[in-house]
Amino acid sequence: MAAEGKMDALGQFELHTALGGLGRSVNFTNSNLMMLLGGGLIIGLLYYGMKPRAVVPGRLQSLAEISYSGLLSMTEGSIGPEGRRFFPFIFTLFFFVLMGNMLGLLPYSFTYTSHIAVTFGLALLVIVVVTAVALRIHGMHFFSYFFPEGAPKLLAPLIIPIEVISYLSRPVSLSIRLFANMVAGHVMFEVFATFIVLLGGAGVLGASIGILPLVLNVVLVGFELLVAALQAYVFAILTCIYLHDAVHLH
Amino acid sequence: MSDDKGGSFEERLQAAQTRQASNAPAPASGAKGTASPMGIGVRVGIELVSALAVSVAIGWGLDRWLGTRPWFLALFVLLGGAAGVANVWRLMMPRSPR
Repeated sequence: MAAEGKMDALGQFELHTALGGLGRSVNFTNSNLMMLLGGGLIIGLLYYGMKPRAVVPGRLQSLAEISYSGLLSMTEGSIGPEGRRFFPFIFTLFFFVLMGNMLGLLPYSFTYTSHIAVTFGLALLVIVVVTAVALRIHGMHFFSYFFPEGAPKLLAPLIIPIEVISYLSRPVSLSIRLFANMVAGHVMFEVFATFIVLLGGAGVLGASIGILPLVLNVVLVGFELLVAALQAYVFAILTCIYLHDAVHLH
Repeated sequence: MSDDKGGSFEERLQAAQTRQASNAPAPASGAKGTASPMGIGVRVGIELVSALAVSVAIGWGLDRWLGTRPWFLALFVLLGGAAGVANVWRLMMPRSPR
């Protein structure tokens, strides 16, 4: 697609060290920088948003309150009333992913959720927490999860491996879903942006056709905003559903 | 969640209890209902692929460990396919109404 020049649609996902010499010496990458920025923004939103403590909230306070109460009701709605104790975990997870997706849409920034190492790390954390919660609550009874009640004993050697694989595939599908959505969106941006540049260099006719990919890219920004929020939500609600399974074992 | 300013403690407790009670029986309905055909297709694909990926990794690892070159891999590819279909089944079917 980008035969000439050095337009490489995957170049945007490369890691570089940030913060000059200091960053180089400790391998502090642009990904880490964006993570810190994202974390800082969340804490800043909650701290400065809740600082006025007004009865009638202003914009920032209402943003903080809505995000808190919305996620709380989602957590309690999908896990049940006892899901409240997992709320800090869900909240942190949701906002970390959301910030990664949203900050990545800014020019010159970096999307840390576009690296499978990051998303798989998050998904691994989720599955370890879910398994630990299930073991803590149900003890050894947890393993009955892998063999549904009422199934014929003869089928056990078939059902148990399938259930175990199905359980282990959760973190993989969780991480691939987020990572693939982010990579696909950003590659699309770059490909259409390449079209604009190539057509723009091809005379008046080319430049007038070049408007089309430009318009498309503008539309894509809106679409990607939706995807960014949606994928963060999906990540959070799937974590909730897994926690529901862990708490209730069906 | 944030409108419990007025009223006595008893009233607020009552309100909280009814809220908890109305929350409790509602089962997790999942994130379905608003999914587009495209979204469903992508989710099904990801479920199938990830189950297969996990089982191939397990089979390959067992073969490497036990030196039984193709056999565990072949077995786990089949199991992985079945697990993928089971995942899709669980994704598409509503949760059991127990």
